[in-house]
Amino acid sequence: MTAMTAGPALASGPRTLRLRSVELAGGGRLDDVEVAYETYGELAEDGDNAVLVCHALSGDAHVAASDADDGTTRPGWWDVMVGPGKAIDTERYFVICSNVLGGCSGTTGPGSTDSETGEPFGLKFPLVTIEDMVDVQAALLDAIGVPRLRAVVGGSMGGMQALSWALRYPERVGSCIGIATTWRLGAQAIAFNEVGRTAILGDPHFAGGDYYDGPRPEHGLATARMVGHITYLSEESMRAKFGRRLRERDAHAFDFVTEFEVESYLAYQGRKFVERFDANTYLYMTKAMDYFDLCANATDPSEVFAWSPVRFLLLTFTSDWLFPTYQSREIVGAMQRVGADVTFAEIESPYGHDAFLLEPEAQAEVMAPFLGSLDGWRARREVSS
Amino acid sequence: MTAQELLRGDLRLVASLVPEGSRVLDLGCGDGTLLAHLHDERSCAVRGVELSREGIVECVRKGIPVVQADLDEGLAAVGDGAFDTVVLSQTLQVVRRPDHVLREMLRVGRTGIVSFPNFANWRVRGYLALRGRMPVSETIPYAWYDTPNIHHTTIRDFEGLCREVGGVVVDQIALVSSRREVRQVGVLANLRADTAVAVVASESRLAR
Repeated sequence: MTAMTAGPALASGPRTLRLRSVELAGGGRLDDVEVAYETYGELAEDGDNAVLVCHALSGDAHVAASDADDGTTRPGWWDVMVGPGKAIDTERYFVICSNVLGGCSGTTGPGSTDSETGEPFGLKFPLVTIEDMVDVQAALLDAIGVPRLRAVVGGSMGGMQALSWALRYPERVGSCIGIATTWRLGAQAIAFNEVGRTAILGDPHFAGGDYYDGPRPEHGLATARMVGHITYLSEESMRAKFGRRLRERDAHAFDFVTEFEVESYLAYQGRKFVERFDANTYLYMTKAMDYFDLCANATDPSEVFAWSPVRFLLLTFTSDWLFPTYQSREIVGAMQRVGADVTFAEIESPYGHDAFLLEPEAQAEVMAPFLGSLDGWRARREVSS
Repeated sequence: MTAQELLRGDLRLVASLVPEGSRVLDLGCGDGTLLAHLHDERSCAVRGVELSREGIVECVRKGIPVVQADLDEGLAAVGDGAFDTVVLSQTLQVVRRPDHVLREMLRVGRTGIVSFPNFANWRVRGYLALRGRMPVSETIPYAWYDTPNIHHTTIRDFEGLCREVGGVVVDQIALVSSRREVRQVGVLANLRADTAVAVVASESRLAR
């Protein structure tokens, strides 16, 4: 199975699938939806080794490194976890990752052309939910012949999708791995999202979302990203990384220039982000996260897990204050109350929310054996049901 | 299986007390050895609670669902009577409030199985009486200043605690271990046993 592996992983490279139409959870329909996706490794004959990775707010389908046509290697956003010999081992598992609905990295989103007008959707694009993203992923898997998933894995907003998968398609999913995620955002996280949106909506170039022909609302989007990055770090990691150090100077400038290291870091993150991300997508993604409530239709969160055959693994990080551990404990508790199969661990880390991208060893230590313990999950489930 | 084989170690005894096919919660399940055994050999539906990272990783390796939690923070998440059997194996003496943990155990399980080192064992008594120093033995192998065991108890004290939290000791098995074997003792248990395994249930549940 590994003999054919060339380079970093046996990767499909960027691909696109077109779906004729997508019904949205909030009502309404989107026609001619394009889904950008990539796969790594090979699907086993019994189909039991497929792992879907769901990306977070600013991610894309390129989850792991692959060789580009020009011979260079393109790094993936979760290289530390996905690849040959990694926790999500592409020599063992068939990994699929797609850009979410509403995204701006190949999948249909507000920046795509509305076939009715011939113009980009802008804010005419319908508000999409985490559930819609999941339904599109399910349709993608149908189309490419992946009937079931050994695991659906995601961090942050990706974890919301993973949890949603477990509830919407329990029969197709062996396990759900949610990292640094939540079953619903708290007021603080919604508040930070709103600050980001306010910065974008108030940018003079925003033009009601129809900015695709002219200058883009870069200042607003960069500001949103700066706020985001503050929430992804912890006080401790910021102190260790920047302290009060000045950049390229010995004394304060007494001017409004970028002088502290931390300012320069945030400015850089903002600049880098506007080169690759669409402001409208930022609005839609943050709204989808704000609306997400895994147990919205249940009087008791436990209800939704009562008959779940899915095995859950939830991981959090001690210093993550954006998706705090207590929120995962709430949902773990709801699962425990009804005897659902849940494993939970809180990983010691100073890196805040970003730890899911920066703490590969601690995650792999649990995730790799967890994925391994799912060998034969489908046969076992058939026996017990 | 002969009685002798059944009694190799207190874990094996605990395992023998768990009904086939029951739902089992192991509080402080360590590396999941007992739960894996109950799952594989007695077809139990097993769940673990463990604080240490090493324990969690080992449980995951064995395919045992385990939740990282501190028993001293309670089991609020677990519903009343959610489990047939709740096991507390060599863990009572390491928690900050054994009374709270025992009460929670009786709440979430129909039956509890508790194993603990008996501090009233004659060797322990003798160690303290004759040497005037805190006992160190095979079942209590730590120095007093560096030990996870912060609440030593005796078979008699445990019975008292059980009553205190509204529980009843349904069965009590006193064990004497030597290098070669673990034996059950009948008379003078509180003096002779170095380890005790108690089966407990809540009084109100028994009355029903």
